[in-house]
Amino acid sequence: MTQATADDRRTDRAGDAALYERMLFIRRFLEKVDVLYRQGQVHGPAHLGLGQEAIAVGAASVLRPEDYSIGTYRGHAHALARGAPADAVLAELLGREGGICAGKGGSMHITSVEHGYYGSYAIVGAHLPIAVGLAWASRIKKTGQVTICFFGDGAVNIGAFHEAVNLAALWSLPIVFLCENNQYMEYSAISSMIPVERPAASRASAYGLEPLVVDGNDVFAVAEMVGAAVDKARDGEGPALIEADTYRLKGHSAADAGAYRPAEEVARWRGLEPLLRQRALLLASGTDEQDLIRLESRVAITVSGLADRVLAAPAPDPATVWTDVWADGGSRWRN
Amino acid sequence: MAELTFRNAVLAALAQEMERDERVVLLGEDITSGGVFKTTTGLVDRFGPDRVWDTPISEQAIVGAAMGAAMAGLRPIAEIMFSDFYAVCWDQVVNEIAKTRYMTGGQVTLPLVLRGANGFGSLGFGSQHGQSVENWAMCVPGLKIVSPASPVEMVGLLAAAIRDDDPVLVFEHKALYGGKAQVPDGEQFIPLGQARVVREGSDVTLVGLSITVGLCERAAVGLESAGISAEVIDLRTLVPLDAQAVLGSVARTGRLVVVEENPGQLGWGAAIAALAAEEAFDDLRAPVIRVSGGNVPWPVARELEAVVDVSPERVISAVQTLMKH
Repeated sequence: MTQATADDRRTDRAGDAALYERMLFIRRFLEKVDVLYRQGQVHGPAHLGLGQEAIAVGAASVLRPEDYSIGTYRGHAHALARGAPADAVLAELLGREGGICAGKGGSMHITSVEHGYYGSYAIVGAHLPIAVGLAWASRIKKTGQVTICFFGDGAVNIGAFHEAVNLAALWSLPIVFLCENNQYMEYSAISSMIPVERPAASRASAYGLEPLVVDGNDVFAVAEMVGAAVDKARDGEGPALIEADTYRLKGHSAADAGAYRPAEEVARWRGLEPLLRQRALLLASGTDEQDLIRLESRVAITVSGLADRVLAAPAPDPATVWTDVWADGGSRWRN
Repeated sequence: MAELTFRNAVLAALAQEMERDERVVLLGEDITSGGVFKTTTGLVDRFGPDRVWDTPISEQAIVGAAMGAAMAGLRPIAEIMFSDFYAVCWDQVVNEIAKTRYMTGGQVTLPLVLRGANGFGSLGFGSQHGQSVENWAMCVPGLKIVSPASPVEMVGLLAAAIRDDDPVLVFEHKALYGGKAQVPDGEQFIPLGQARVVREGSDVTLVGLSITVGLCERAAVGLESAGISAEVIDLRTLVPLDAQAVLGSVARTGRLVVVEENPGQLGWGAAIAALAAEEAFDDLRAPVIRVSGGNVPWPVARELEAVVDVSPERVISAVQTLMKH
């Protein structure tokens, strides 16, 4: 298997700091959502990607604005990483006016088409075929766009995964399937649910693809491996299937304490979490710690202010429940 | 005018719209060779391989790819060989295609068509290749449902489905594929959501869809010889539903028989009967009767099919019961 590691380093210090800031913003945002959930402010479930920020940010960093990405119900980071406005995302989570999906999607369906993020889908594996369609359109229209499809390790055991990867490989489509292996399919260890070593990489050869594995908690490694796959896809060399190792720092959803995970395992992964590692790397490469502290304060203040503003917003207008079913804007099904 | 079979009417509509709009692309199993029912014959030669794509047997991928391509600005048409196979990709249809526009607050538009063979028609296809499943889709907000009854209807309604900016399921009754009729020359287009009065009458309203429209017409002829004047309405589309056409007719006739091929247990006819009960109660002179397929998985032997299939005789019998009121 091809492994990308932290040894392959970039040296763009300003760019590196920007990646750190983006990951940090998402981390603070998700932590705030976790707090708001506990305060009863989030209506419905919230699946947080705490600890998985490097994958969303690293992948987004190699995309062009016109490229497509698409993800799962654990999709807040992916929307934010493409540039979706955080206030509109939070308003959606809190069911306030101005929600990015107008209050009709909620936490599991964050979408920002304007920023190339074509949706968060909550039926496990269902969006892989949809991602194939995005890439198929790019190939037909010869637009040079690439699609990145994020999915979890649990998705590899559902039929849609296999149909989608097969079709993408068969048609040589410009798409990167990016498995975020956070080691758990909901409450069950993925290792107990697969008869092979790795959920995604071990399946790659079935579709004529190279088994690619990356340290998903290393934003540079993610950017490098995904960047190479995106370049190849854009050049017409077909799809890639990448498995990024990571770990969610919290439970499956905000309602889950994750007590089924051994304490030793959680402690080990906490030591590998992407933000601390990225911070250490920045310091080791000569970034002034005072600069980082200032950046961290700025992010904390931004997220805090954001939450205050959104919490003060009114609820959506009830009349809007009847809009957006049909392309004409309405929901009329009969005369 | 040209005489077209129902299957060639499908082909004519596809060609008409592919000629008109280069965003229209096809995908499905075996479609470059015309497909099992020969509804796509020659399209790959005429429009090229970038417009007509053969797929593996992967209905989830076929339907999902159609959705993704629609989001990206194409107007894909996916063939589902037998409508029974919707069961293996129903998540894509119901949870993804029907809902994504709504749950994104209108950020995406899904101008796509899912089409293919549907229906029983006592053809010996049995339980897994012989179902009429329009009613499966009717309980899902976000899907439009078209089920044409004749070649001329097929060309115009399929064209409208392709031009529609919403997801449309088009059901092609496989027992109608070989039937011929005259289709006018030139571009065909029939707006969705407008029922058709096939035959005017004053004693009873017969509401049909797809194959049951012709069946209602045959029943009406039989009833005429018994001195009963039946009005026949072809709904054409279940969503959008031309409820006013049904209600208006019932206001004139006072009697309603709904004829659906699918099993009666929660068939689409139940929605039409409820419509009449709720909104035309004062016009009704008799109870509404539904003539529906039998409530069993479909059999195969001819003599067994005949027991559960709808027929003009069953419609006539229902009307005669109503006329006693």
